[in-house]
Amino acid sequence: MFFLLVFLALTYQTEQVIPQRDKRELLSDPKVIAGKKLWETNNCIGCHTLLGEGAYYAPELGNVVKRLGGKEAVKAFIQSRPKEGVPGRRSMPQFNFTEQQLEEIASFLEYVGQINTAKWPPNIQG
Amino acid sequence: MQYQSQAVAKPYFIAAIALFVAQILFGLIMGLQYVVGDFLFPHIPFNVARMVHTNALIVWLLMGFMGAAYYLIPEEAETELHSPKLALALFWIFLIAAGLTVVGYLAVPYATLAKITGNDLLPTMGREFLEQPLITKLGIVVVALAFLYNITMTVLKGRKTAINTVLLIGLWGLAVLFLFSFVNPHNVVRDKFYWWWVVHLWVEGVWELILGSILAFVLIKVTGVDREVIEKWLYVIITLTLITGIVGTGHHYYWIGTPEYWQLIGSIFSGLEPIPFFAMTLFAFNMVNRRRREHPNKAATLWALGTGVMAFLGAGVWGFLHTLAPVNYYTHGTQITAAHGHMAFYGAYVMANITMISYAMPLLRGRAANSNKAQVAEMWGFWLMTISIVFITLFLTAAGILQVWLQRVSDTPLPFMVAQENVSLFYWMREWTGVIFLIGLLVYIWSFFIPGEEKAAA
Repeated sequence: MFFLLVFLALTYQTEQVIPQRDKRELLSDPKVIAGKKLWETNNCIGCHTLLGEGAYYAPELGNVVKRLGGKEAVKAFIQSRPKEGVPGRRSMPQFNFTEQQLEEIASFLEYVGQINTAKWPPNIQG
Repeated sequence: MQYQSQAVAKPYFIAAIALFVAQILFGLIMGLQYVVGDFLFPHIPFNVARMVHTNALIVWLLMGFMGAAYYLIPEEAETELHSPKLALALFWIFLIAAGLTVVGYLAVPYATLAKITGNDLLPTMGREFLEQPLITKLGIVVVALAFLYNITMTVLKGRKTAINTVLLIGLWGLAVLFLFSFVNPHNVVRDKFYWWWVVHLWVEGVWELILGSILAFVLIKVTGVDREVIEKWLYVIITLTLITGIVGTGHHYYWIGTPEYWQLIGSIFSGLEPIPFFAMTLFAFNMVNRRRREHPNKAATLWALGTGVMAFLGAGVWGFLHTLAPVNYYTHGTQITAAHGHMAFYGAYVMANITMISYAMPLLRGRAANSNKAQVAEMWGFWLMTISIVFITLFLTAAGILQVWLQRVSDTPLPFMVAQENVSLFYWMREWTGVIFLIGLLVYIWSFFIPGEEKAAA
Protein backbone atom coordinates (compact mmCIF):
# COMPACT_ATOMS: atom_id res chain seq x y z
CA MET A 1 0.00 0.00 0.00
CA PHE A 2 1.48 3.24 -1.24
CA PHE A 3 0.30 5.38 1.68
CA LEU A 4 1.74 2.99 4.21
CA LEU A 5 5.13 3.45 2.53
CA VAL A 6 4.67 7.22 2.58
CA PHE A 7 3.95 7.01 6.30
CA LEU A 8 6.99 4.83 6.96
CA ALA A 9 9.19 7.20 4.95
CA LEU A 10 7.91 10.15 6.97
CA THR A 11 8.57 8.21 10.16
CA TYR A 12 12.17 7.66 9.08
CA GLN A 13 12.53 11.35 8.25
CA THR A 14 11.04 12.30 11.64
CA GLU A 15 13.51 10.05 13.47
CA GLN A 16 16.31 11.87 11.60
CA VAL A 17 15.04 15.32 12.55
CA ILE A 18 13.78 14.98 16.14
CA PRO A 19 17.20 14.85 17.81
CA GLN A 20 17.29 18.61 17.18
CA ARG A 21 13.98 19.07 18.98
CA ASP A 22 13.59 16.50 21.72
CA LYS A 23 16.46 17.55 24.06
CA ARG A 24 17.68 13.95 24.21
CA GLU A 25 20.98 15.08 25.75
CA LEU A 26 19.00 15.64 28.98
CA LEU A 27 18.23 11.91 29.07
CA SER A 28 21.80 11.29 30.19
CA ASP A 29 20.59 12.39 33.63
CA PRO A 30 19.37 9.21 35.40
CA LYS A 31 16.94 11.32 37.43
CA VAL A 32 14.99 12.13 34.26
CA ILE A 33 14.71 8.44 33.35
CA ALA A 34 13.66 7.53 36.90
CA GLY A 35 11.19 10.43 36.87
CA LYS A 36 9.51 9.14 33.72
CA LYS A 37 9.06 5.76 35.36
CA LEU A 38 7.51 7.37 38.44
CA TRP A 39 5.28 9.40 36.13
CA GLU A 40 4.10 6.14 34.58
CA THR A 41 3.79 3.93 37.65
CA ASN A 42 1.64 6.52 39.41
CA ASN A 43 -0.61 6.94 36.37
CA CYS A 44 -0.25 10.73 36.32
CA ILE A 45 -1.68 10.71 32.77
CA GLY A 46 -4.97 9.43 34.25
CA CYS A 47 -5.79 12.99 35.37
CA HIS A 48 -3.26 15.33 33.71
CA THR A 49 -2.23 16.08 30.15
CA LEU A 50 1.42 16.07 29.10
CA LEU A 51 1.97 18.06 25.90
CA GLY A 52 -1.82 18.00 25.59
CA GLU A 53 -2.23 14.22 25.74
CA GLY A 54 -3.86 12.41 28.62
CA ALA A 55 -6.90 13.14 30.75
CA TYR A 56 -8.49 16.58 31.01
CA TYR A 57 -9.29 16.51 34.73
CA ALA A 58 -6.18 18.30 35.97
CA PRO A 59 -3.74 20.89 34.58
CA GLU A 60 -1.27 20.45 31.72
CA LEU A 61 2.17 19.51 33.09
CA GLY A 62 4.43 19.99 30.06
CA ASN A 63 5.09 23.57 31.18
CA VAL A 64 4.40 23.19 34.90
CA VAL A 65 7.96 23.92 36.00
CA LYS A 66 7.78 27.29 34.25
CA ARG A 67 4.23 27.97 35.44
CA LEU A 68 4.97 27.38 39.11
CA GLY A 69 8.35 29.08 38.87
CA GLY A 70 10.80 26.23 39.30
CA LYS A 71 11.37 22.65 40.35
CA GLU A 72 11.20 23.40 44.06
CA ALA A 73 7.69 24.82 43.72
CA VAL A 74 6.56 21.70 41.86
CA LYS A 75 8.02 19.48 44.57
CA ALA A 76 6.40 21.52 47.31
CA PHE A 77 3.02 21.31 45.60
CA ILE A 78 3.15 17.53 45.22
CA GLN A 79 4.27 17.16 48.82
CA SER A 80 1.54 19.39 50.24
CA ARG A 81 -1.50 17.47 48.99
CA PRO A 82 -3.85 16.53 51.86
CA LYS A 83 -4.33 12.79 52.34
CA GLU A 84 -8.10 12.97 52.57
CA GLY A 85 -8.53 15.49 49.77
CA VAL A 86 -10.31 18.83 49.93
CA PRO A 87 -14.06 18.86 50.71
CA GLY A 88 -16.10 19.25 47.53
CA ARG A 89 -13.10 19.94 45.31
CA ARG A 90 -10.72 18.06 43.07
CA SER A 91 -7.43 17.31 44.77
CA MET A 92 -4.33 15.43 43.77
CA PRO A 93 -3.72 12.30 45.89
CA GLN A 94 -0.88 12.27 48.44
CA PHE A 95 1.69 9.92 46.92
CA ASN A 96 4.16 9.95 49.86
CA PHE A 97 7.18 10.42 47.61
CA THR A 98 10.65 10.55 49.13
CA GLU A 99 12.80 13.63 48.60
CA GLN A 100 14.72 11.77 45.93
CA GLN A 101 11.56 10.72 44.10
CA LEU A 102 10.27 14.29 44.18
CA GLU A 103 13.53 15.44 42.63
CA GLU A 104 13.22 12.77 39.93
CA ILE A 105 9.63 13.69 39.02
CA ALA A 106 10.49 17.37 38.89
CA SER A 107 13.57 16.67 36.74
CA PHE A 108 11.44 14.67 34.33
CA LEU A 109 8.88 17.49 34.05
CA GLU A 110 11.66 20.03 33.58
CA TYR A 111 13.03 17.94 30.69
CA VAL A 112 9.60 17.69 29.03
CA GLY A 113 9.28 21.46 29.36
CA GLN A 114 12.36 21.95 27.18
CA ILE A 115 11.12 19.91 24.21
CA ASN A 116 10.46 22.05 21.12
CA THR A 117 6.66 21.80 20.79
CA ALA A 118 6.12 24.31 17.98
CA LYS A 119 5.14 27.02 20.54
CA TRP A 120 2.33 24.98 22.10
CA PRO A 121 0.62 25.62 24.54
CA PRO A 122 -0.68 29.07 23.54
CA ASN A 123 0.09 30.56 26.96
CA ILE A 124 1.52 29.67 30.36
CA GLN A 125 -1.84 28.40 31.70
CA GLY A 126 -1.42 25.33 29.48
CA MET B 1 -27.79 -19.79 12.64
CA GLN B 2 -26.43 -22.00 9.88
CA TYR B 3 -23.42 -23.54 11.61
CA GLN B 4 -23.33 -25.08 15.07
CA SER B 5 -20.00 -23.49 15.95
CA GLN B 6 -21.38 -19.97 15.52
CA ALA B 7 -22.90 -20.50 18.98
CA VAL B 8 -19.57 -19.60 20.62
CA ALA B 9 -20.33 -15.98 19.76
CA LYS B 10 -23.06 -15.87 22.40
CA PRO B 11 -20.96 -15.71 25.59
CA TYR B 12 -18.78 -13.05 23.93
CA PHE B 13 -21.82 -10.87 23.25
CA ILE B 14 -23.19 -11.31 26.76
CA ALA B 15 -19.87 -10.46 28.40
CA ALA B 16 -19.48 -7.47 26.08
CA ILE B 17 -22.79 -6.01 27.23
CA ALA B 18 -21.98 -6.68 30.90
CA LEU B 19 -18.69 -4.81 30.54
CA PHE B 20 -20.56 -2.02 28.74
CA VAL B 21 -22.62 -1.54 31.91
CA ALA B 22 -19.44 -1.38 34.01
CA GLN B 23 -18.00 1.18 31.60
CA ILE B 24 -21.05 3.44 31.91
CA LEU B 25 -21.20 3.18 35.73
CA PHE B 26 -17.58 4.28 36.02
CA GLY B 27 -18.26 6.99 33.45
CA LEU B 28 -20.97 8.34 35.76
CA ILE B 29 -18.55 8.25 38.71
CA MET B 30 -16.03 10.29 36.71
CA GLY B 31 -18.68 12.69 35.48
CA LEU B 32 -19.69 13.37 39.08
CA GLN B 33 -16.05 13.78 40.14
CA TYR B 34 -15.81 16.56 37.56
CA VAL B 35 -18.26 18.62 39.62
CA VAL B 36 -18.05 17.08 43.10
CA GLY B 37 -14.27 16.77 43.22
CA ASP B 38 -14.02 14.70 46.41
CA PHE B 39 -16.62 12.08 45.41
CA LEU B 40 -15.22 8.66 46.49
CA PHE B 41 -11.83 10.29 47.16
CA PRO B 42 -9.32 8.89 48.03
CA HIS B 43 -10.78 5.38 47.58
CA ILE B 44 -11.50 5.61 43.85
CA PRO B 45 -9.50 8.59 42.58
CA PHE B 46 -10.37 9.94 39.14
CA ASN B 47 -7.46 8.26 37.39
CA VAL B 48 -8.57 4.83 38.62
CA ALA B 49 -12.18 5.38 37.56
CA ARG B 50 -10.91 6.54 34.18
CA MET B 51 -8.78 3.43 33.69
CA VAL B 52 -11.78 1.23 34.41
CA HIS B 53 -13.98 3.35 32.12
CA THR B 54 -11.63 3.29 29.12
CA ASN B 55 -10.24 -0.22 29.60
CA ALA B 56 -13.71 -1.70 30.03
CA LEU B 57 -14.68 0.00 26.77
CA ILE B 58 -11.67 -1.38 24.92
CA VAL B 59 -12.14 -4.89 26.30
CA TRP B 60 -15.86 -5.03 25.58
CA LEU B 61 -15.38 -3.74 22.03
CA LEU B 62 -12.72 -6.42 21.51
CA MET B 63 -15.06 -9.02 23.02
CA GLY B 64 -17.72 -7.85 20.60
CA PHE B 65 -15.33 -7.98 17.64
CA MET B 66 -14.32 -11.52 18.56
CA GLY B 67 -17.93 -12.58 18.97
CA ALA B 68 -18.73 -10.96 15.63
CA ALA B 69 -15.84 -12.83 13.99
CA TYR B 70 -16.94 -16.16 15.46
CA TYR B 71 -20.46 -15.58 14.19
CA LEU B 72 -19.59 -14.08 10.81
CA ILE B 73 -16.62 -16.17 9.69
CA PRO B 74 -18.23 -19.64 9.62
CA GLU B 75 -21.22 -18.24 7.74
CA GLU B 76 -19.08 -16.39 5.20
CA ALA B 77 -16.58 -19.24 4.84
CA GLU B 78 -19.44 -21.76 4.71
CA THR B 79 -17.76 -24.13 7.10
CA GLU B 80 -17.68 -24.88 10.81
CA LEU B 81 -15.21 -22.98 12.99
CA HIS B 82 -11.78 -24.63 13.16
CA SER B 83 -12.03 -25.14 16.92
CA PRO B 84 -15.08 -24.07 18.93
CA LYS B 85 -13.44 -25.46 22.10
CA LEU B 86 -10.46 -23.14 21.68
CA ALA B 87 -12.85 -20.22 21.14
CA LEU B 88 -14.67 -21.02 24.38
CA ALA B 89 -11.44 -21.49 26.34
CA LEU B 90 -10.15 -18.15 25.08
CA PHE B 91 -13.37 -16.51 26.16
CA TRP B 92 -12.87 -17.55 29.77
CA ILE B 93 -9.17 -16.68 29.74
CA PHE B 94 -9.88 -13.23 28.34
CA LEU B 95 -12.78 -12.55 30.69
CA ILE B 96 -10.91 -13.66 33.80
CA ALA B 97 -7.79 -11.72 32.80
CA ALA B 98 -9.90 -8.59 32.25
CA GLY B 99 -11.69 -9.11 35.56
CA LEU B 100 -8.46 -9.57 37.51
CA THR B 101 -6.99 -6.47 35.88
CA VAL B 102 -9.96 -4.37 36.99
CA VAL B 103 -9.73 -5.83 40.51
CA GLY B 104 -6.06 -4.87 40.45
CA TYR B 105 -6.89 -1.29 39.45
CA LEU B 106 -9.46 -0.95 42.23
CA ALA B 107 -7.83 -2.92 45.04
CA VAL B 108 -4.28 -1.61 45.22
CA PRO B 109 -2.53 1.67 44.37
CA TYR B 110 -1.36 1.70 40.77
CA ALA B 111 2.31 1.88 41.79
CA THR B 112 1.85 -1.30 43.85
CA LEU B 113 0.10 -3.02 40.97
CA ALA B 114 3.03 -2.09 38.72
CA LYS B 115 5.48 -3.53 41.22
CA ILE B 116 3.75 -6.86 41.81
CA THR B 117 3.01 -7.50 38.13
CA GLY B 118 6.59 -7.13 36.95
CA ASN B 119 6.52 -3.69 35.34
CA ASP B 120 10.21 -3.38 36.32
CA LEU B 121 11.09 -6.14 33.84
CA LEU B 122 9.71 -4.17 30.92
CA PRO B 123 8.04 -0.86 31.80
CA THR B 124 4.92 -0.51 29.64
CA MET B 125 2.33 0.74 32.15
CA GLY B 126 1.04 4.20 32.91
CA ARG B 127 0.45 5.34 29.36
CA GLU B 128 -3.07 6.37 28.42
CA PHE B 129 -5.27 3.41 27.39
CA LEU B 130 -2.27 1.07 27.71
CA GLU B 131 -2.35 1.03 31.51
CA GLN B 132 -2.70 -2.76 31.68
CA PRO B 133 -0.03 -4.65 33.66
CA LEU B 134 2.63 -6.39 31.59
CA ILE B 135 1.11 -9.76 32.37
CA THR B 136 -2.29 -8.64 31.04
CA LYS B 137 -0.68 -7.26 27.88
CA LEU B 138 1.08 -10.57 27.30
CA GLY B 139 -2.22 -12.35 27.92
CA ILE B 140 -3.91 -10.16 25.30
CA VAL B 141 -1.20 -11.12 22.79
CA VAL B 142 -1.63 -14.84 23.51
CA VAL B 143 -5.43 -14.67 23.28
CA ALA B 144 -5.24 -12.59 20.09
CA LEU B 145 -2.83 -15.00 18.40
CA ALA B 146 -4.87 -18.09 19.32
CA PHE B 147 -8.04 -16.33 18.19
CA LEU B 148 -6.45 -15.35 14.87
CA TYR B 149 -5.16 -18.88 14.38
CA ASN B 150 -8.67 -20.20 14.91
CA ILE B 151 -10.45 -17.89 12.50
CA THR B 152 -7.66 -17.87 9.89
CA MET B 153 -7.72 -21.67 9.72
CA THR B 154 -11.49 -21.49 9.28
CA VAL B 155 -11.24 -19.06 6.38
CA LEU B 156 -8.38 -21.02 4.79
CA LYS B 157 -10.44 -24.21 4.62
CA GLY B 158 -13.59 -22.41 3.47
CA ARG B 159 -14.88 -19.80 1.07
CA LYS B 160 -12.94 -16.53 0.88
CA THR B 161 -15.15 -13.49 0.49
CA ALA B 162 -14.37 -9.79 0.52
CA ILE B 163 -16.09 -9.56 3.89
CA ASN B 164 -14.14 -12.23 5.71
CA THR B 165 -10.87 -11.20 4.04
CA VAL B 166 -11.27 -7.56 5.12
CA LEU B 167 -12.24 -8.72 8.61
CA LEU B 168 -9.15 -10.92 8.82
CA ILE B 169 -6.86 -8.10 7.65
CA GLY B 170 -8.43 -5.79 10.22
CA LEU B 171 -8.04 -8.28 13.06
CA TRP B 172 -4.46 -9.19 12.12
CA GLY B 173 -3.63 -5.50 11.90
CA LEU B 174 -5.17 -5.00 15.34
CA ALA B 175 -2.96 -7.70 16.85
CA VAL B 176 0.25 -6.62 15.10
CA LEU B 177 -0.18 -2.95 16.01
CA PHE B 178 -0.82 -3.89 19.65
CA LEU B 179 2.80 -5.05 19.76
CA PHE B 180 3.77 -1.37 19.78
CA SER B 181 2.30 -1.19 23.29
CA PHE B 182 5.55 -2.87 24.37
CA VAL B 183 7.60 -0.04 22.84
CA ASN B 184 8.27 2.56 25.52
CA PRO B 185 11.39 4.65 24.87
CA HIS B 186 12.80 6.90 27.61
CA ASN B 187 12.54 9.74 25.14
CA VAL B 188 9.05 11.22 25.63
CA VAL B 189 8.79 12.38 22.02
CA ARG B 190 9.52 8.91 20.63
CA ASP B 191 7.32 7.31 23.31
CA LYS B 192 4.36 9.43 22.20
CA PHE B 193 5.15 8.96 18.51
CA TYR B 194 4.90 5.18 18.65
CA TRP B 195 2.09 5.15 21.23
CA TRP B 196 -0.12 6.53 18.47
CA TRP B 197 0.72 3.54 16.30
CA VAL B 198 -1.45 1.55 18.65
CA VAL B 199 -4.08 4.14 19.48
CA HIS B 200 -4.59 5.99 16.19
CA LEU B 201 -3.88 3.14 13.79
CA TRP B 202 -6.38 1.06 15.74
CA VAL B 203 -9.36 3.39 15.81
CA GLU B 204 -8.71 5.33 12.60
CA GLY B 205 -7.18 2.41 10.73
CA VAL B 206 -7.68 -1.29 11.23
CA TRP B 207 -10.78 -1.04 13.43
CA GLU B 208 -12.51 0.71 10.54
CA LEU B 209 -11.88 -2.37 8.42
CA ILE B 210 -13.54 -4.50 11.10
CA LEU B 211 -16.41 -2.00 11.29
CA GLY B 212 -16.80 -2.01 7.50
CA SER B 213 -16.96 -5.77 7.23
CA ILE B 214 -19.43 -6.13 10.12
CA LEU B 215 -21.65 -3.50 8.55
CA ALA B 216 -21.40 -5.15 5.11
CA PHE B 217 -22.27 -8.56 6.56
CA VAL B 218 -25.35 -7.33 8.41
CA LEU B 219 -26.49 -5.26 5.43
CA ILE B 220 -26.32 -8.27 3.11
CA LYS B 221 -28.44 -10.21 5.57
CA VAL B 222 -31.09 -7.62 6.35
CA THR B 223 -31.45 -6.02 2.90
CA GLY B 224 -30.89 -8.95 0.55
CA VAL B 225 -28.94 -6.67 -1.81
CA ASP B 226 -26.49 -8.54 -4.07
CA ARG B 227 -23.18 -9.42 -2.53
CA GLU B 228 -21.31 -7.93 -5.51
CA VAL B 229 -22.80 -4.49 -4.86
CA ILE B 230 -22.08 -4.60 -1.14
CA GLU B 231 -18.54 -5.84 -1.63
CA LYS B 232 -17.78 -3.03 -4.08
CA TRP B 233 -18.86 -0.52 -1.46
CA LEU B 234 -16.72 -2.27 1.12
CA TYR B 235 -13.64 -2.06 -1.11
CA VAL B 236 -14.18 1.63 -1.76
CA ILE B 237 -14.65 2.33 1.95
CA ILE B 238 -11.56 0.48 3.12
CA THR B 239 -9.42 2.03 0.39
CA LEU B 240 -10.54 5.52 1.43
CA THR B 241 -9.92 4.57 5.07
CA LEU B 242 -6.35 3.48 4.48
CA ILE B 243 -5.48 6.39 2.16
CA THR B 244 -6.64 8.98 4.70
CA GLY B 245 -6.17 7.19 8.00
CA ILE B 246 -2.56 6.02 7.88
CA VAL B 247 -0.89 9.30 7.02
CA GLY B 248 -3.70 11.00 8.97
CA THR B 249 -1.84 9.83 12.09
CA GLY B 250 0.05 13.08 11.51
CA HIS B 251 -2.74 15.05 13.20
CA HIS B 252 -1.32 13.78 16.50
CA TYR B 253 2.18 14.97 15.65
CA TYR B 254 1.61 18.72 15.81
CA TRP B 255 2.74 19.63 19.32
CA ILE B 256 4.68 16.72 20.80
CA GLY B 257 8.17 17.64 19.64
CA THR B 258 7.88 16.18 16.15
CA PRO B 259 8.85 18.28 13.11
CA GLU B 260 6.47 21.01 12.01
CA TYR B 261 5.81 19.64 8.54
CA TRP B 262 3.39 17.24 10.25
CA GLN B 263 1.07 20.20 10.76
CA LEU B 264 0.54 20.38 7.01
CA ILE B 265 0.57 16.65 6.27
CA GLY B 266 -1.62 15.81 9.24
CA SER B 267 -4.13 18.55 8.42
CA ILE B 268 -4.49 17.47 4.79
CA PHE B 269 -4.84 13.73 5.31
CA SER B 270 -6.87 13.79 8.50
CA GLY B 271 -9.02 16.49 6.93
CA LEU B 272 -9.99 13.81 4.41
CA GLU B 273 -10.76 11.20 7.09
CA PRO B 274 -14.48 12.08 7.20
CA ILE B 275 -14.81 10.83 3.59
CA PRO B 276 -14.74 7.09 4.35
CA PHE B 277 -17.21 7.68 7.18
CA PHE B 278 -19.50 9.60 4.87
CA ALA B 279 -19.20 6.73 2.40
CA MET B 280 -20.38 4.43 5.18
CA THR B 281 -23.44 6.61 5.78
CA LEU B 282 -24.31 6.54 2.07
CA PHE B 283 -23.60 2.83 1.99
CA ALA B 284 -25.98 2.01 4.84
CA PHE B 285 -28.83 4.17 3.54
CA ASN B 286 -28.42 3.11 -0.10
CA MET B 287 -28.47 -0.57 0.72
CA VAL B 288 -31.50 -0.25 2.97
CA ASN B 289 -33.34 1.80 0.30
CA ARG B 290 -32.57 -0.81 -2.33
CA ARG B 291 -33.57 -3.69 -0.08
CA ARG B 292 -35.00 -6.73 -1.76
CA ARG B 293 -36.61 -8.21 1.31
CA GLU B 294 -38.33 -7.05 4.48
CA HIS B 295 -36.26 -8.63 7.20
CA PRO B 296 -38.29 -9.15 10.38
CA ASN B 297 -35.41 -7.77 12.49
CA LYS B 298 -36.17 -4.05 12.20
CA ALA B 299 -34.04 -3.22 15.22
CA ALA B 300 -30.87 -4.53 13.60
CA THR B 301 -31.56 -2.39 10.51
CA LEU B 302 -32.03 0.65 12.74
CA TRP B 303 -28.69 0.03 14.46
CA ALA B 304 -26.97 -0.37 11.07
CA LEU B 305 -28.35 2.94 9.83
CA GLY B 306 -27.52 4.54 13.16
CA THR B 307 -23.92 3.39 12.86
CA GLY B 308 -23.65 5.02 9.45
CA VAL B 309 -24.96 8.34 10.71
CA MET B 310 -23.34 8.51 14.14
CA ALA B 311 -19.93 7.30 13.00
CA PHE B 312 -19.90 10.08 10.42
CA LEU B 313 -21.04 12.70 12.94
CA GLY B 314 -18.77 11.58 15.78
CA ALA B 315 -15.65 10.50 13.97
CA GLY B 316 -16.09 12.55 10.80
CA VAL B 317 -17.64 15.87 11.72
CA TRP B 318 -16.47 16.17 15.33
CA GLY B 319 -13.05 14.93 14.28
CA PHE B 320 -12.78 17.49 11.48
CA LEU B 321 -13.85 20.20 13.92
CA HIS B 322 -10.44 20.20 15.61
CA THR B 323 -8.14 18.33 13.25
CA LEU B 324 -6.69 21.29 11.33
CA ALA B 325 -3.46 22.43 12.95
CA PRO B 326 -4.36 26.14 13.41
CA VAL B 327 -7.57 25.12 15.21
CA ASN B 328 -5.94 22.29 17.11
CA TYR B 329 -3.35 24.72 18.46
CA TYR B 330 -6.14 26.08 20.67
CA THR B 331 -8.26 22.96 21.22
CA HIS B 332 -5.52 20.35 21.80
CA GLY B 333 -6.03 18.56 25.10
CA THR B 334 -9.35 20.18 26.04
CA GLN B 335 -12.95 19.03 26.46
CA ILE B 336 -13.29 19.34 22.66
CA THR B 337 -11.20 16.20 22.40
CA ALA B 338 -13.38 14.50 25.01
CA ALA B 339 -16.53 15.48 23.09
CA HIS B 340 -15.18 13.97 19.88
CA GLY B 341 -13.97 10.84 21.65
CA HIS B 342 -17.37 10.10 23.17
CA MET B 343 -19.42 10.44 20.01
CA ALA B 344 -16.85 8.76 17.77
CA PHE B 345 -16.49 5.68 19.96
CA TYR B 346 -20.22 5.37 20.42
CA GLY B 347 -21.14 6.06 16.80
CA ALA B 348 -18.53 3.89 15.20
CA TYR B 349 -17.59 1.02 17.49
CA VAL B 350 -20.31 0.74 20.11
CA MET B 351 -23.05 0.91 17.50
CA ALA B 352 -21.27 -1.46 15.09
CA ASN B 353 -20.99 -4.02 17.86
CA ILE B 354 -24.62 -3.61 18.86
CA THR B 355 -25.65 -3.87 15.19
CA MET B 356 -24.00 -7.26 15.05
CA ILE B 357 -25.39 -8.32 18.43
CA SER B 358 -28.86 -7.13 17.46
CA TYR B 359 -28.75 -9.14 14.25
CA ALA B 360 -27.08 -12.29 15.59
CA MET B 361 -28.47 -12.67 19.10
CA PRO B 362 -32.04 -13.63 18.09
CA LEU B 363 -30.61 -16.20 15.66
CA LEU B 364 -28.32 -17.55 18.36
CA ARG B 365 -31.44 -17.94 20.48
CA GLY B 366 -33.23 -19.83 17.70
CA ARG B 367 -35.47 -17.20 16.13
CA ALA B 368 -35.24 -14.99 13.04
CA ALA B 369 -36.08 -11.91 15.04
CA ASN B 370 -37.36 -10.92 18.44
CA SER B 371 -41.04 -10.26 19.10
CA ASN B 372 -42.39 -6.89 18.11
CA LYS B 373 -42.60 -5.88 21.76
CA ALA B 374 -38.95 -6.74 22.36
CA GLN B 375 -37.90 -4.84 19.25
CA VAL B 376 -39.83 -1.76 20.32
CA ALA B 377 -38.03 -1.84 23.68
CA GLU B 378 -34.70 -2.28 21.88
CA MET B 379 -35.47 0.75 19.70
CA TRP B 380 -36.27 2.78 22.80
CA GLY B 381 -32.83 1.81 24.03
CA PHE B 382 -31.38 2.92 20.70
CA TRP B 383 -33.00 6.34 20.81
CA LEU B 384 -32.34 7.01 24.50
CA MET B 385 -28.65 6.13 24.19
CA THR B 386 -28.13 7.84 20.86
CA ILE B 387 -29.86 11.09 21.80
CA SER B 388 -28.02 11.08 25.13
CA ILE B 389 -24.65 10.75 23.44
CA VAL B 390 -25.53 13.61 21.08
CA PHE B 391 -26.27 15.85 24.07
CA ILE B 392 -23.25 14.66 26.04
CA THR B 393 -21.17 15.62 23.02
CA LEU B 394 -22.85 19.01 22.68
CA PHE B 395 -22.38 19.81 26.38
CA LEU B 396 -18.74 18.78 26.29
CA THR B 397 -18.26 20.84 23.14
CA ALA B 398 -19.77 23.85 24.88
CA ALA B 399 -17.54 23.26 27.90
CA GLY B 400 -14.57 22.90 25.55
CA ILE B 401 -15.22 26.12 23.65
CA LEU B 402 -15.54 28.03 26.92
CA GLN B 403 -12.44 26.35 28.29
CA VAL B 404 -10.43 27.33 25.21
CA TRP B 405 -11.66 30.88 25.49
CA LEU B 406 -11.15 31.34 29.23
CA GLN B 407 -7.85 29.54 29.48
CA ARG B 408 -6.14 30.15 26.13
CA VAL B 409 -7.64 32.98 24.10
CA SER B 410 -8.95 35.78 26.36
CA ASP B 411 -6.77 38.76 27.29
CA THR B 412 -6.60 37.54 30.89
CA PRO B 413 -6.17 33.76 30.64
CA LEU B 414 -7.46 31.93 33.70
CA PRO B 415 -5.64 29.06 35.42
CA PHE B 416 -6.92 25.58 34.50
CA MET B 417 -8.86 24.95 37.71
CA VAL B 418 -10.52 28.37 37.69
CA ALA B 419 -11.64 27.83 34.09
CA GLN B 420 -12.99 24.41 35.08
CA GLU B 421 -15.15 25.91 37.81
CA ASN B 422 -16.51 28.42 35.33
CA VAL B 423 -17.81 25.71 33.01
CA SER B 424 -19.20 23.38 35.69
CA LEU B 425 -22.79 24.02 34.59
CA PHE B 426 -22.06 22.08 31.41
CA TYR B 427 -20.46 19.25 33.39
CA TRP B 428 -23.65 18.96 35.43
CA MET B 429 -25.75 18.78 32.26
CA ARG B 430 -23.40 16.16 30.86
CA GLU B 431 -23.74 14.09 34.04
CA TRP B 432 -27.56 14.13 34.00
CA THR B 433 -27.54 13.20 30.33
CA GLY B 434 -25.27 10.34 31.29
CA VAL B 435 -27.93 9.11 33.70
CA ILE B 436 -30.40 9.03 30.79
CA PHE B 437 -27.82 7.11 28.76
CA LEU B 438 -27.67 4.52 31.56
CA ILE B 439 -31.47 4.27 31.55
CA GLY B 440 -31.33 3.70 27.79
CA LEU B 441 -28.77 0.97 28.28
CA LEU B 442 -30.95 -0.71 30.92
CA VAL B 443 -33.97 -0.56 28.59
CA TYR B 444 -31.81 -2.12 25.87
CA ILE B 445 -30.79 -4.95 28.20
CA TRP B 446 -34.38 -5.40 29.39
CA SER B 447 -35.40 -5.97 25.73
CA PHE B 448 -33.47 -9.25 25.79
CA PHE B 449 -35.78 -10.58 28.48
CA ILE B 450 -39.06 -9.79 26.73
CA PRO B 451 -40.32 -13.18 25.62
CA GLY B 452 -41.97 -14.30 22.43
CA GLU B 453 -40.77 -14.82 18.92
CA GLU B 454 -42.03 -13.64 15.61
CA LYS B 455 -40.91 -16.44 13.33
CA ALA B 456 -38.84 -19.55 13.69
CA ALA B 457 -35.30 -19.21 12.40
CA ALA B 458 -34.88 -20.00 8.73
